[in-house]
Amino acid sequence: MSATLYGLLGAALVGIGLFGLLVRPSHLLRILSFNLLGGGVFLVFGAVARRGAGAGLPGDPVPQALVLTGIVVAFAATALAVMLLLRLSAESAKRPDPS
Amino acid sequence: MNSAVSLAPTPWGLLPVLAVMLPVAGMVAALPLGARGAERLTFALLPVGLLIAIGTAAATYASGAPLVHLLGHWAPPLGLAFRADGLATAMLLTAAIVIGATALYARAEFGTPPGTPERREALSFWSLLLAVWGAINLAVVADDLFTLYVALELLTFAAMPLACLDGKRETLEAALRYLMFALLGSVLYLLGVALLYGAYGTLDIVLLAQRARAAPATVVAAALMTAGLLAKTALLPLHLWLPPAHAGAPAAASAVLSALVVKGSFVLVVRLWFGVMPGLPAPAAAQVLAALGAAAIILGSAAALAQARLKLLVAYSTVAQIGYLFLMFPLMTAAIASAEDAARAWTGGVLQAVSHAFAKAAMFLAVGLMAKGLGHDRIADLGGAGRAMPLCLLTFGLAGLSLMGVPPSGGFAAKWLLLTSAIEAGQWWWALVILGGGLLTGTYVYRVLAVALTQGNGDTAAVAEPKGQAWVALALALLSVVLGFLPLGAFGLVQIGRLDLAIGGAP
Repeated sequence: MSATLYGLLGAALVGIGLFGLLVRPSHLLRILSFNLLGGGVFLVFGAVARRGAGAGLPGDPVPQALVLTGIVVAFAATALAVMLLLRLSAESAKRPDPS
Repeated sequence: MNSAVSLAPTPWGLLPVLAVMLPVAGMVAALPLGARGAERLTFALLPVGLLIAIGTAAATYASGAPLVHLLGHWAPPLGLAFRADGLATAMLLTAAIVIGATALYARAEFGTPPGTPERREALSFWSLLLAVWGAINLAVVADDLFTLYVALELLTFAAMPLACLDGKRETLEAALRYLMFALLGSVLYLLGVALLYGAYGTLDIVLLAQRARAAPATVVAAALMTAGLLAKTALLPLHLWLPPAHAGAPAAASAVLSALVVKGSFVLVVRLWFGVMPGLPAPAAAQVLAALGAAAIILGSAAALAQARLKLLVAYSTVAQIGYLFLMFPLMTAAIASAEDAARAWTGGVLQAVSHAFAKAAMFLAVGLMAKGLGHDRIADLGGAGRAMPLCLLTFGLAGLSLMGVPPSGGFAAKWLLLTSAIEAGQWWWALVILGGGLLTGTYVYRVLAVALTQGNGDTAAVAEPKGQAWVALALALLSVVLGFLPLGAFGLVQIGRLDLAIGGAP
């Protein structure tokens, strides 16, 4: 039951994140949307781990390991995107837009 | 089943692992070494990496089966396998050659000659070049969908900063846009990975090939992963990031980005369609994929024709040439009844990826030299460039021949194979697209050559062509032409280890 609930929640997060990523023009909001989307995917992984539980374990450990790697990668991606955004706004402040 | 699907470790199986470890270790070691040390290390690793790629190809060809290595002797589904099949060895060789040529070329721009202070861009360039090399090698030899996800992310994280090394505002904006497309692509891919794991309990491609059934979860996962990978490959509706990312990138970065980085995700689409789910022929979906490819060929070529700047022309040409890669999909699924036709479409697709890599890297390097020598890359003002920089223009022309598909060249062989396969499969409309794309390509290459060969207004007399760099670009262009002289039998290598043959595709 709880696996289904988390799976559905994950799907909802994926939907919100995808919407934000495609529709929002602001870079910062898109980075945040990417994080929502990523969070949704990780929740789906959690639901998969729960459903695949066997041999008396509460969950399948493989998806949990995958999620950990996924979180690290998503964190690195966010850091990279935010750094790029900071550099971009610093450049814009230095040299005003000619248009 | 037959030996092609066995996941038992093979002799020489360590070679593909080394092909990944060498550049990755080099990248880590380069950071504390500083710019000069990183450059030396790169040039020390290049011949070794090339030898490993040649060794992998030779061992695969000799044994007629993919090289397999199990990390830590743990067999999938618990462990991770590395599997170098024919497609992987072809890409390993391509990557080693293109990275090597790019490094030789980039010495003039990012090298640190004795007596000059070390620059930060130089250190970034050499370590990122090694990172791209390691990531592309991992993306072609890994056999686990999650390892492939990590490889794709590495590829993006290495290629994106490479494209914005100059730190200008437009370049940073283009890089951010590239990153957002790539992140959307990878997160969709990851969602597909989650669904596949939930359905089959493994992420090993060979095991999935045996287990995958036409269940809703598989179809949704495949659709999500394909869409994500298309964003990374820059197939037409998702190509918007590619031309701006090229506009401000250094020539060496453009060459690597167009020749290799977009091919990594393409190889993964091929693995997904003909490795993970060979038992699920999806003719309609394959037609959609090829229709996007056809739209990319026509619209990309037309956009290239309309560009005022040489570098953007070459970038849009990449958008068009990527379209050709996707024509192999309906031909493979339609040709399932005839193993010979499927083999032809497969070889055509792989050969297109390889010959485009050489031709486009050569073209970007030559265009970079021309832009630097002339101080601009406006096509209308190229007059006199033919006299001032003959080698660069020859490179541009030769690479253009391969892109057009004029015999004898690698591009001709690739397009000919796709063309005959399309006619044999009764899908003549793709043949028309291939021919029309060739004509459009010819037109935009001619447009550049025609202007560059005119007298011009005489202010190009003082422009000197850097001979060493020009020869590197010319060598790549020659390589893409020479591919067309190889006997077709030599391409048997790329057929080795095709999962769709081994698992259920062929009758």
